[in-house]
Amino acid sequence: MKYLTEFRNGEIAQRIAREIHQVTTRPWKIMEVCGGQTHSIIKNGIDQMLPAGIEMVHGPGCPVCVTPLELIDKALAIAAQPGVIFCSFGDMLRVPGTDSDLFQVKGRGGDVRVVYSPLDAVELAVKNPGKQVVFFGVGFETTAPANAMSVHLAKRRGLRNFSVLVSHVLVPPAIAAILSAPANQVQGFLAAGHVCSIMGYWEYPPLAERFKVPIVVTGFEPLDLLDGIRRTVIQLEAGKHEVENAYERVVTFDGNQAAQKLLSEVFDVTDRAWRGIGVIPKSGWRLNADYRDFDAEERFHITGIHTQESALCHSGEVLRGILKPAECPAFGKECTPRHPLGATMVSSEGACAAYYNYGRFLSAEQLASAGSALSEAARG
Amino acid sequence: MCLAIPGKVEEISADGLIRMGRVNFGGVVKNVCLDYVPEVEVGDYTIVHVGFAISKIDEATAEQTLADFRALGMLEEELASEEEAFARAAKAPQASCPDGRSSVKEGGVRQAGSVGESEIGN
Repeated sequence: MKYLTEFRNGEIAQRIAREIHQVTTRPWKIMEVCGGQTHSIIKNGIDQMLPAGIEMVHGPGCPVCVTPLELIDKALAIAAQPGVIFCSFGDMLRVPGTDSDLFQVKGRGGDVRVVYSPLDAVELAVKNPGKQVVFFGVGFETTAPANAMSVHLAKRRGLRNFSVLVSHVLVPPAIAAILSAPANQVQGFLAAGHVCSIMGYWEYPPLAERFKVPIVVTGFEPLDLLDGIRRTVIQLEAGKHEVENAYERVVTFDGNQAAQKLLSEVFDVTDRAWRGIGVIPKSGWRLNADYRDFDAEERFHITGIHTQESALCHSGEVLRGILKPAECPAFGKECTPRHPLGATMVSSEGACAAYYNYGRFLSAEQLASAGSALSEAARG
Repeated sequence: MCLAIPGKVEEISADGLIRMGRVNFGGVVKNVCLDYVPEVEVGDYTIVHVGFAISKIDEATAEQTLADFRALGMLEEELASEEEAFARAAKAPQASCPDGRSSVKEGGVRQAGSVGESEIGN
């Protein structure tokens, strides 16, 4: 059965790829925003199935990667405190702060727990009344409803020992920021399918109209990605800039109303600093006044944080789609998943990790020409 | 990760504060919050992200997606237990390239991975 699935999918994939080749007459740059989509594209070699002129540019769709270094350092400081149980998802464990990571904090005696769901962290708070339980709430709109419900539940249960370190970022403002950048070359977008299953895609027509780019809501599986790319290329070739939904089995225009309702009850929109990019206005969520008590940054006044980014790390350029991971001088040398310089090499949604794990290294000649791209990016 | 995995709802309970379901992801069972999918009942399929169901889907789509994810090796990381997550972080945050190849041509830059490093950096 497994082989039948692979065989049939392989046939369909070839057919879609052929169609893309047939309709492409000019080069196009398309960005996928979601890190999960980046991984799927690289892992499954989707980009290698495309005609040479179609370039997939990897966007800042890795919420771990764009969490400011200062917040990571605060997380590490909180996790190291006695009396604290610090909970996060598994892919945060090796994300480097200025001089440590959660895994090392645990090794030195910090109580760091990996949870599957933020509700597990709420349960830990219920079961450990003498401890402060802190959940690292990192994510895009897909994850925010889970965190909203957890804080909402903690409030209804009257928990005094539960708080959330919030690092929520939003996709549409990121797309606007990328398209507004002076040197932008991105011409079309694949919108993130699961973000849109929550938020719908009503936010995208104004963006498509304002910047004249096609935006196609796309899933994660290889066939979904090929289909999303196909539809984007067809629009680009026809000079269209519409919003399409290529993930109809899960996404509707309005999105999940129950989730959006609770999100508006728990969060306020706020400006957010994106690591490697800078402040993007109104690009994140924070707990609103009704839930501010559960904000871990307010509960734990962490001072004395001196952040220091690695001088060798080019995550910022990678996140902005200016640099491919393999073009970074530190890629595979000073920076590997085992010794990451930045979050993009260690997060399960990071582009550098995808390139490393799926063997996308450059030859010496390719590196030489990429070096000039890097110095140009440094000047710009 | 933004991945959402399809599963079948086998049991539902509500304690007045929250509606939870036991959801079976092709053999792995987790407790999942169903408050965002009020239309989902026992026997239905739903996609789940970090312990929350976010959308109802049909059975055929669910089974197909599960099979695809399993074939692509994407299920283990999403549904890993805490011990597995720490073990994974201890060895390396990510597994090395699955097919052992790199796309390095002649005169290529380096091999994936390094020999002789200690397991836990310090």
